[in-house]
Amino acid sequence: MTEGMQIPGAISIRHVSKIYDPEGVHVEAMRDCTFDIAAGEFTVIVGPSGCGKTTLLNAVAGFDNITAGEIYLDGELISSTKYQIQPNVDRMVVFQNGALFPWKTVMQNITYGPIVQGRMSKMDAQAKAREMLELVCLNGLEDKYPEELSSGVQRRVEILRALINEPRVVMLDEPFRGLDAVAKTVMHEFLMQLFCASPRTMFFITHDLDEAIFLGHKVVIMTTRPAQIKKIVTVDLPWPRRHSVMNSKRYIDLKREVLDAVHEEAKKAFEAGEREMA
Amino acid sequence: MPSSTKSASFCIQLFRALVGIALFLILWELFTAILHLPRFKLLPNPVSVVKEWVSFAPVSGRSIFTAEYYLDMLYSIARVLIAFSLATVLGVSLGLMMGWSRIFYDFSFPLVEIFRPMPPISWIPLAVLILPGVEVSVVFVTFIAAFFATVLNTLLGVLSIDKNYFLAARCLGSKPTQVFMNVVVPGALPFIFTGLQIAMGIAWLSLVAGEIIAGQRGLGYAIYEGYSLFQNDQVVYYMLTLGILGFISSAGIRAVGRKLMTWEARRRGI
Repeated sequence: MTEGMQIPGAISIRHVSKIYDPEGVHVEAMRDCTFDIAAGEFTVIVGPSGCGKTTLLNAVAGFDNITAGEIYLDGELISSTKYQIQPNVDRMVVFQNGALFPWKTVMQNITYGPIVQGRMSKMDAQAKAREMLELVCLNGLEDKYPEELSSGVQRRVEILRALINEPRVVMLDEPFRGLDAVAKTVMHEFLMQLFCASPRTMFFITHDLDEAIFLGHKVVIMTTRPAQIKKIVTVDLPWPRRHSVMNSKRYIDLKREVLDAVHEEAKKAFEAGEREMA
Repeated sequence: MPSSTKSASFCIQLFRALVGIALFLILWELFTAILHLPRFKLLPNPVSVVKEWVSFAPVSGRSIFTAEYYLDMLYSIARVLIAFSLATVLGVSLGLMMGWSRIFYDFSFPLVEIFRPMPPISWIPLAVLILPGVEVSVVFVTFIAAFFATVLNTLLGVLSIDKNYFLAARCLGSKPTQVFMNVVVPGALPFIFTGLQIAMGIAWLSLVAGEIIAGQRGLGYAIYEGYSLFQNDQVVYYMLTLGILGFISSAGIRAVGRKLMTWEARRRGI
């Protein structure tokens, strides 16, 4: 991280809890979660399936409210029990199953944000989009529709659509789920390249521990539902990282540390599942 | 070369279609004019139908060489076009509103669901009673049928849109009207066009029913007249005319749909 560059995007999550349908089914998704994400930090959230990672993302994005606690962005309250900020361009989300508009071309998708916000003219937005596509070697695809592209390329375009808005925070909800291992390594290097070119706060949800350690400055491990913070592991591998780092001793030690914590939770989740089935 | 293989496969397709039609005509001729099968005795055979259809001096006074024939067509086409256009404008707007606003949906959905199953033809007595003149009544009955098919499909279209597109649009900084124009309308288009195809079919159906019962002029009226005067050839070639017009109108809607939904067309490789 570059000190003194004054990047915005510090997130502070204070004692956040979330109960779905408190009067009825009463599903406790999150309990008293507290942690900080520094501005410009790449934070990865891992935890068992259905533990409440997406719940946290929805709260930060402004899609859903919380039932206790507060969330701050750069010191400004964005969510509490009484107040919920609307979704906005300063917190961009890249969705789990992809949400490129299928009826818009790659170019129309990427330029959509700046144009509807009235922040750029169509010409300027297109010039900027072309520049970004070129940077990641996706030029030539401007007039394609998303469904004409592979899912890996779709994800990359969706990330560009988020980044063109220069958000304070980019939130990615298991963005590379369903991609094969080879495609994933390409995606990781793609993301690393973009991140190094213009660092900003990343909030990245995944199941994949290698992905978490490879990409993150910090890995936040959540417990099984209701989600609490189990452990926060600081990944002190040098940046920018290459895939060869995965063979280093430090990497293997970190992975063991994360794996142990995750495995404990996975076992609990499994047993809870068994109980539910019984 | 993809373009030449494409045109080759089109030729094969066309050839098969023509063979299908030819087989149908042969069977029809066989059953009626040659074998004289019991229930087919009164059914006119294709040769006599075509003879009458293209006759310079038709018995019924209606063939492709008479102004009467085209006037009948013109009346029916005008009625369908007016009714269908109204149904499209009002039906798509209502369907979009219902899908877009929960409150509007709550108010209107029960009403739509009560009025929708009423057979369009059951509107004829009231329409004749209330509306000025028979002409408006026939158009109204045609409209009402197309309208509900359009409303329902448009509504389903909006409800079918993945909710992540709405969230993404809001994240990207869209105002509600921009969400409407960039997510709701294009997202619902495939369903809307399915609805319009169905609506066009029902419009022709109700039109002919309306023309038979209450009409003056028009293809349905001419079919009824042919029946009354025992001009069975006339009945058949007017039916065929309806079939051809229905086919052309459906193809027209599909062509407009392909133009408006390039992404769908490309996905399905058409």
